[in-house]
Amino acid sequence: MNSAITVFFKEVRENIRDRRTVINTLFVGPLMAPLIFVLLINTLVTRELSKAEKPLPLPVVGAQYAPNLIAALKQNNVDIKPAPEDPDAAVRNQDADVVLRIGPDFVKAWDKGEPAQVEMIYDASQQDARGPTERLKKLIEGYGQRTGALRLLARGLSPSILKPVVIADRDQSTPQSRAGLMFAMLPYFFILGGFIGGMALAIDTTAGERERQSLEPLLANPVPRWKILGGKLMATTAFAITTVALSIIAFAVVGQFLPTEKIGMSLTLGPRFIVATVFVMLPLAALLGALQTLVAAFAKSYREAQTYLSLLMLVPIIPTLLLSILPIKTQLWMYAVPLLGQQVTIMRLMRGDPVSDMALLICFVCTSIAALVVCAVTARIYYSERLAISA
Amino acid sequence: MIEVRNLHKAFGKGAKRMVAVDGVSFVARDGEITGLLGPNGAGKTTTLRCLYTLMSPDSGQVLVDGIDAAVDPVAVRRRLGVLPDARGLYKRLTARENIDYFARLHGIQTQTMHARRESLADALEMRDILDRRTEGFSQGQRVKTAIARALVHDPKNVILDEPTNGLDVMSTRAMRTFLKSMKTERRCVLFSSHIMQEVAALCDRIVVIARGRVVADESPDALRAQTGETNLEDAFVKLIGTDEGLAA
Repeated sequence: MNSAITVFFKEVRENIRDRRTVINTLFVGPLMAPLIFVLLINTLVTRELSKAEKPLPLPVVGAQYAPNLIAALKQNNVDIKPAPEDPDAAVRNQDADVVLRIGPDFVKAWDKGEPAQVEMIYDASQQDARGPTERLKKLIEGYGQRTGALRLLARGLSPSILKPVVIADRDQSTPQSRAGLMFAMLPYFFILGGFIGGMALAIDTTAGERERQSLEPLLANPVPRWKILGGKLMATTAFAITTVALSIIAFAVVGQFLPTEKIGMSLTLGPRFIVATVFVMLPLAALLGALQTLVAAFAKSYREAQTYLSLLMLVPIIPTLLLSILPIKTQLWMYAVPLLGQQVTIMRLMRGDPVSDMALLICFVCTSIAALVVCAVTARIYYSERLAISA
Repeated sequence: MIEVRNLHKAFGKGAKRMVAVDGVSFVARDGEITGLLGPNGAGKTTTLRCLYTLMSPDSGQVLVDGIDAAVDPVAVRRRLGVLPDARGLYKRLTARENIDYFARLHGIQTQTMHARRESLADALEMRDILDRRTEGFSQGQRVKTAIARALVHDPKNVILDEPTNGLDVMSTRAMRTFLKSMKTERRCVLFSSHIMQEVAALCDRIVVIARGRVVADESPDALRAQTGETNLEDAFVKLIGTDEGLAA
């Protein structure tokens, strides 16, 4: 039997007996993506739903100056509250999302037919205040337009002369694409899953083996070192792939039950999603496994390796952040960059955007090449004398 | 047969350069037990590491059964059974699985592997621990397992780095008996030690190393004659020029 296969089976057998590794591979890693996603979606859904239906609480200063406006707001489910002592401070301290201030001049201007001013006090940097603010602005503008139209009619003019141009909205976004921004995070959790799945083995087979002083006897066997390394890399990759595959399947199952349609989004998680995602994640799992092994081979101890690998775990978040901050148009070259390619592929598949077989293939091949290069570098490290010496 | 010719090995560069082995030559013959004797830090482990090709010497030659270690390291390792200084086991595997792993890496057929493992288990008196996971093994049980896996491919040449290190009296005696049995099987046994009595009791030939150099290469009797001391320990101290490291 080939010695690399021997090493592979031994590493798999040994690590399957380690409860912590098995829990990480079979539970923690795979369940991370779906769990975080369920949390995220649920928070979002409850927030959106409650915002749209609930009465809008609105502290008003000087409500007595514009009884008609206040009555119109009340009709539109606005809950008029007494004015706070210091409206500006109330908004700054987030006691109120938005405060309406009507000055005594309002009546005078209104009676003369001049633009009557109301003030909206709000903090644009507060995410939570954005919805109520927009809602109130629309209500007041609507009230103004209705009054304007009535005044024109009273003078015998058609209100339509005030609207020389009308915009008709033709939004091209689909429910899937509206979900996109939030979904930019998801590929990272798949990648992270693979990372967690391979981590224990990457450390155990290098730094761990050296710390246990079993590397030197192992290397005294008549097997070229690259074969030993090959077996270890295969085992690490196998664990990482198991985690990733389980993670994708778990997500596809859980995703069916998410109330995404309530906020106008929908996930496409059919068999094509599963097959294509696993396909592009395969070489990435190998690449990450090789990277982890490379880093762990440099570490002097198990603990040191853990520290390094925790830092390495932050690397895959870079394309995720880039893509969620800068909404770049997807281009073919992106599929050729490891991590970015997987990110783009998974995002587009989930949103129901087309991903050509060519793009999938480019992603697979380029990441495989990167994985081979890292394997070769790791092999070089394996041939160094320092590697085997335990003390 | 193991031949070492003018071996040199240094670590580090510049001011930090430390010469570990400085021109070591000796021959370990088949059917003999050769002892590599020297104080701590004399260069024994480095010499042995060059022998089983874990390290490559800066200069000099290592021949195992006439095969040059620099030319065909895999063939050399195939002819060697090695118990290195580091003898960690895989603690989540049983003793049997530990031994079988190394047998497979040597490419031994399954049947031969079973036969060889069983006979080693008898010789080392470790039948009772064969199917236990090695986690929690005593020092003696660990060494037995490490020796069994090192010899499972029936090597002609056996290298042991301080094999009795950390063993109690009974285990040490068992180890000596085992080394002698390997000698009667016409193997070439090379072991290192810093313990005088052990070397004196076992070896046909003693190679004394101090500060990276061979200071004597004789039979125990010749060594006594050469130094004019009747006591081997005194002979040893005289050879290495200091008693530093002997007690350790």
